[in-house]
Amino acid sequence: MVKRRLILFVMALIVWCLLNWVPDWQHVIVGVFSAALVSWLTGDLFIQRAYVLKHHRRYFYFVFHYVPMFIIEVIKANIDVAYRVLHPNLPINPGIVKVKTTLKSDTALTFLANSITLTPGTMTVDIDEEEGVLYVHSINVKGKDVESATREIVQRFENILKEVFE
Amino acid sequence: MVDTIGLIFIVIGLAFDAFGCLGVLRLPDVYNRLQAATKCVTMGTCSILFGAFLIVGLTTTGIKALLCIVFLLLTTPVAAHAIARGAHKSGVKLWEGSVIDRYAEDGKG
Repeated sequence: MVKRRLILFVMALIVWCLLNWVPDWQHVIVGVFSAALVSWLTGDLFIQRAYVLKHHRRYFYFVFHYVPMFIIEVIKANIDVAYRVLHPNLPINPGIVKVKTTLKSDTALTFLANSITLTPGTMTVDIDEEEGVLYVHSINVKGKDVESATREIVQRFENILKEVFE
Repeated sequence: MVDTIGLIFIVIGLAFDAFGCLGVLRLPDVYNRLQAATKCVTMGTCSILFGAFLIVGLTTTGIKALLCIVFLLLTTPVAAHAIARGAHKSGVKLWEGSVIDRYAEDGKG
């Protein structure tokens, strides 16, 4: 419990210092108090399993596998949506499909849902944690059944996110 | 040189923001409009902020621009998710050309 709050305290203080760049003593002292208040109020919501922060392999995967793929997917998503919007016939084929995931932890599911929302033509509508099911709105539905939709939407992220967050 | 690259980023960002707004006007229902609003506007705004960071460098303003990018990437998908879920639960229909709605079929929406 204490450890969790300490981690949150340090992160809040860093964000505070970045917001007040270049930090001087006045800013840092006010920052210590406000970071302490924040970590006292919300410490139990933040990190459930503090030990994962010690695994250096996870940072490596996050920076060198997840981030580059994420940036490429976001650029593809934008060109895709821009093409559909600018096309005179509006070539869309929308619908809500159901996909399955094997990820379990809250952080991993959050990142998966956010990644799906920011990548080509798809947007998460709801998550069912117990069954591991996501409902995804797609602007161009290709496979209507669960298996082909899962293959198309989830799998490219799932393996990388499993390395980072599980 | 860095100034020119920053200006290019800002121009790209403005173009994608404009496409996003056009998408909100042209697409038929709330879910499709959210697609345009989340994707194009997020990347457009991030691109503008990154261009501003390249121009001003590691100063007070530049670091705030970088922090804004991180917070924007974390919050926009959550907001879109909340709006879409809320719209479906309060009974907003999908566009009549939609091909499938598993969410309603499963009786969750």
